[in-house]
Parts: sequence; structure tokens; C-alpha cells
Amino acid sequence: MRFAGIDIGSRTIKLVAVDEAGQMKASFLADTGFDPITAAKKLLAEVSFERIMATGYGRNLFEIAFDAPTVTEIKAHATGARAIFPEARTVLDIGGQDSKAISLFENGKVKKFEMNDRCAAGTGKFLEIMAKTLGYDLEAFGREALFAENDLNISSMCTVFAESEVTSLIAKGNNRREIARGLHISVIRRAAGMINRVSSEGDIVFSGGVAKNPCMAAFLTDKLGRRVLIPENPQSIGALGAALLALEKKASA
Amino acid sequence: MSETYRPMWEQLGLDLQSHDALLGVLGQSYKDIYLTQKNRPEGMSYFDFVMSEVHGLRIKELLDEKAEGRKIIGSYCVFVPEEIALAAKATLVGLCSGADFAMEEVDKILPRNTCALIKSSFGFKLGKVCPYLESADLIVGENTCDGKKKAYESLGHLVDNLYVMDLPQVKSEEGKALLRSEYKRFKEAVEQLTGVSITVESLQEAIQTVNAKRAALYRLSSLRKADPAPISGLDALLANQVFFYDNPARFTESVNTICDELEKRIQEKQGSFPEKTPRILVSGCPQAVPNWKLPMIVESAGAVIVGEESCVGERGTRNLTDDSGETVEDMMEAIVDRYFQVDCAIFTPNPDRPQHNLEMSDDSKADGVIHYGLQFCQPYLMEAIPVEKALEEKNIPCLRVETDYSMEDVGQLKTRVEAFVEQLR
Ligand code: SF4
Ligand code: SF4
Repeated sequence: MRFAGIDIGSRTIKLVAVDEAGQMKASFLADTGFDPITAAKKLLAEVSFERIMATGYGRNLFEIAFDAPTVTEIKAHATGARAIFPEARTVLDIGGQDSKAISLFENGKVKKFEMNDRCAAGTGKFLEIMAKTLGYDLEAFGREALFAENDLNISSMCTVFAESEVTSLIAKGNNRREIARGLHISVIRRAAGMINRVSSEGDIVFSGGVAKNPCMAAFLTDKLGRRVLIPENPQSIGALGAALLALEKKASA
Repeated sequence: MSETYRPMWEQLGLDLQSHDALLGVLGQSYKDIYLTQKNRPEGMSYFDFVMSEVHGLRIKELLDEKAEGRKIIGSYCVFVPEEIALAAKATLVGLCSGADFAMEEVDKILPRNTCALIKSSFGFKLGKVCPYLESADLIVGENTCDGKKKAYESLGHLVDNLYVMDLPQVKSEEGKALLRSEYKRFKEAVEQLTGVSITVESLQEAIQTVNAKRAALYRLSSLRKADPAPISGLDALLANQVFFYDNPARFTESVNTICDELEKRIQEKQGSFPEKTPRILVSGCPQAVPNWKLPMIVESAGAVIVGEESCVGERGTRNLTDDSGETVEDMMEAIVDRYFQVDCAIFTPNPDRPQHNLEMSDDSKADGVIHYGLQFCQPYLMEAIPVEKALEEKNIPCLRVETDYSMEDVGQLKTRVEAFVEQLR
């Protein structure tokens, strides 16, 4: 028997299926596009399951369309991160358009959390737009930033202002790698602020699409002096958590 | 209600078209938010009626009082003592409002980073949609936060009957002396307005009237300790909001009637929500009618609000005034004593408020506290941090939210509140 979790984010939809022992058996990803429910339907056709739980910003749409239970991103990410790193007490998730830091009690329950406010500053979307402005693809963006020799300070956190700041830095002949580094550091500064508000020590599990960027993990370690753990499939942690919660619900039902 | 009251509104100088629009929105959101609730106490029908007549019958009553020679005083803060108004045969009404209105006009007078409460008060004036404001013979502003202090300077150009009360910011002897002299000045101003001198009897009676009103709400809030909670947070907030508009005696009676019913419900273990529903205390900025945004989100996320540490709530209603004084001076001093205990965030330092949050969480058996801060409200947003710290030291989870009256952040707020509720389960 299988249990599924679906994480409907603003940019991508993730679907994970687990078996009765909670082992991940399948994982899918698709673009959310303009119509999350149609996109979700397509993904659902890929797996069979006993019960499903939805999370992510589109969870309520899913709840209405499929009459499925929901859980917030916070609890889903906490649960997913613990499944992979059972000792984890701090989770950072940076997704397409949101970011959050969560601290956990020893037993895995959520202790405290922080989320970014209304705009895309400090999220995957920010990095994506900045990469484009600098003329890098996403992968090169992170890699090149790691090679930069000097720090360059980017003061704007707002996507629109940062874009024009970057344009003028390029025009002034600044090194592209250094600009890339500065942009990463500005996102890290914000993430570190969120983490510090919820927890002050111990390893940090880093999930979400942005965790795939090697530069981010390296800078985060530098900035906080804490070990950063990245799950194999960082984007699917929320969906995994939801799937495990669907399983748990079954067990208690 | 609209047809019968139109001439009255016109006479008050309201902009009928805007006013219709406002009532339309108000009626709709009341229906959506309040009337869809399940397991409401029957006594809430009184408040449904009050809300349906909030710009109708109640205004007519006020105008009838005026015709008989009473004066109407409008206020924006719980520091303006109703006792003094009543003793001099004036009626006090709250003017704070909880909805954005005429925002383009407001933006011409106030900077963008002004809290929603202040903006809304201006919006209701500029949009000519508040019959309370337009009925008032005297509008009392007070020097509390910087936002209000400066805003009254601008309001002074829009109305010709503004009276500004100075208020202390420190709970010292000097601070108390200031409050004493300001209340004395206010008493004289009210006496001058109504032409009625306050006597021992009238002041005592006024104190008793207001005490009864506060005691009734206090009784209501104690009943919310029960699990299952016999009344929703939305309904209890409404009672606290209507406190500022209604006829005092009738309000007291209606709240007590609800309390009788709640006592029965408690005995029968009947609740507005099932037993063991996560319980939340809301603390922070006042929530004026029709600002029901946060409680609506909280209670649709499967939690119940069991108390408001707020001026529209316990901060405004706890502590009664001693009515045993034998002279007007004695009783005026008792009034000063009572109000000087209000722990508004404009005071510095303000150690009573974190303490009070701890006491209230304990009393109301709250599982967690949501600190409600209006965007740009420096006093409460700053104080949210020490409040949160005090709570967390006692292992009471706290979520700080910062929002305004717009609906634009509802999705995000919902996620945060839902996650907080999950945390409490
Ligand atoms: S919060 Fe402070 S300023 Fe506002 S009504 Fe209450 S006491 Fe007055
Ligand atoms: S909410 Fe804050 S900023 Fe607004 S009037 Fe009250 S104290 Fe002032």
C-alpha cells in the first residue's frame, strides 16, 4: 500500500509516494503553470495510493478539487527533513517564491518558525532573475559565484531594485563573478537572519530548489559556522513530509 | 434598513452613495464571517441586531438623545473616561474604525507608513461615511503614540470640535499628576459642553454604570476559560467592539443574558468548538469594527480564541473604578487610579504588559499567543518582542503577526496561523 504527498508550490509541483514503512518509492516534479489542478491531475496519474495529503501554497485548491486533507508547508517540511535526518533540529527551506526557517523540539515537533513576507526577495525567484540579468544559466550562476575572489556588496533586497543595481554594476565594469557572489550573499544574509530568529546552534537541514545551488550551502556554512546538511532530493522534502503524514494519519485512523 | 434612515444620514452630511457602498460591504462580510459560524449562543442574536442597526437605530437613538439636550462625545482611545462623560449627561462613543475607506484621499493627508487604524479614522471622515463622527458634539483626541499625536493636528483642520487630551508616557508620580490634571480639564470641558455640573450622585451613578458594563464583559471573559469554549472568539470580540457604541445599560443587560446562557452551555459541555480545540490568546493592537480579519483566519484554521489582551478586550475592561468616594474629588481620584493601570504600549517602560500576557494565558488556559501588530505601529510591534520573550520563557508558544486591513496578505497569514495551530496540537 502506498501513501502520497503533494506539494503545490508557486513554481513547481512535487509528488512523493512512500510505502507502509515510510520509504520513498517514487518522486515526481512538474511545473505548476497557470492551472495547478490540471498539472496536479497529470502527476497523480503516475502513481496509485491509498491516501494523499496536500501541502504548499496551492493546498487549499487541491483540498477543494480532490477532497484531500492538507498540512502547512511548515509541518510538512519539518516532517520530511526529520525523516532523512532524524537528529535535525533546524530546517531552512528556500523555494521558488518563499522561504522559511523552522526549529524543532527533540521529538520533532515544530518549536518556532519564520517565513519571508509578501515578496519574492530572498527566494529562488530572486536568484533566477539575477542570474538572467547577469547572463548566466542557473547552474553557472552558483558555480561562478564560488570562484569569485572578492566580496561585492549588493544593498538591494528588492528584486526590482537589485536588478537595476546589478545592471549599473555591470555597466561600471565590475567583475560578473563578484556580482554573482554578492547576490548570493545577500540571499544568505536574509536566510541567516531567519535562522537566527528560530535557533542558535546545531546542524541545519537545507531544502528547497535553492539548496541545489552549491554556492548557497557553502556560504551558509561560512556565515553561520554551522554544518549544513542537504538531502539528496531537496525539492521533494515538503511532499515527502506530506506523504509521511498521510501514512501517519492512516495509522491513527 | 436603508430607506427609513436616509433622511437622517443626509441630515448628518453623509455621502449617501459611499455610505451605501460601505454598508453593503459591511453587511456582506458580517454575513460571511459571523452568520456562517456554527453553534453560536442564542444571545448573540442581540449583537446581530445591533450590527444590522449600527448606522441605523443606534444613530437615531443618539440623535433623539441630542434632541433632548444630551451631548455626544466621540473618542479614539480607552483613556478617555466614560464615567466623566456620563456624569455630565453626555454619551461617549468609540470612533475607531476597522476598514480602509477613501484611501486615495487619506494618502493626501497622511504618509503611507501610518497604521491602518489612524488611516481608517481619516478615511471615514474624508469619505463622510461615519454617522458617529458626524453626530459628535465633541471629538476627543489624545496624545498617545506619535502617529495619533501628529494625526490629530491634521484632523484639527477637518473638524471644528476637536479636543486633545494630553496623556503621560511614564507611570511615575509626575505622570499620574498629568493624568489627574488632564482629567480635571476634561471634566471642565465636558461640563461646559453640556452645561451640567458633575455632582457626587451623578458621578457615582456614572461609575456604577460603567463598572457594570465592564463587569459584564469580565464575566463573559471568565466564562471563556471553559473547555469546550462556550463562545467563539469572533463573537466575544464583537461584544467587546459593541461596548464602544451601545447604550451602556442595555449592553450590560445583553451581555449578562449571554453569560447566563453560556453558564448553561458550560454545564452541558456545549461549546462553539469541540473540546480540546487549540486555544489562542490574541494580544496587541485594538481590533475595531469591522476588523475581524485575524479571528476569522484563526477560527477557520481550527483554533478558538479565548481572550483578547487588547484595548478592544481586557486592557480596556479590566479593573473597576472605586465608587465609594464621598466627594467628587475622591471619585475623580479613583478614576485616575483606575485608568493609570491601563498598560498601553505607549508607556515606557511597560513591564505590566508582558506580565499581563502571562496571567491571561494562564487564566484563559491558552495553548499559545498570537501577537497582533498593525503594520507601522511602532509601540506594539516593538513591544511584541519582549512579550514574545516573556511567553517563551514560560514555554508558551507565541506567533508575531504584522498586518493591516487589506486582504492582500490573507493567504500568507493563513499559512502562518495554520502552522502555528499545528504546532499547538
Ligand atoms: S492601544 Fe493605547 S492608544 Fe490605542 S486605544 Fe489603547 S490605550 Fe489608547
Ligand atoms: S495601532 Fe499603534 S500606531 Fe496605530 S494608533 Fe494604535 S498605538 Fe498608534
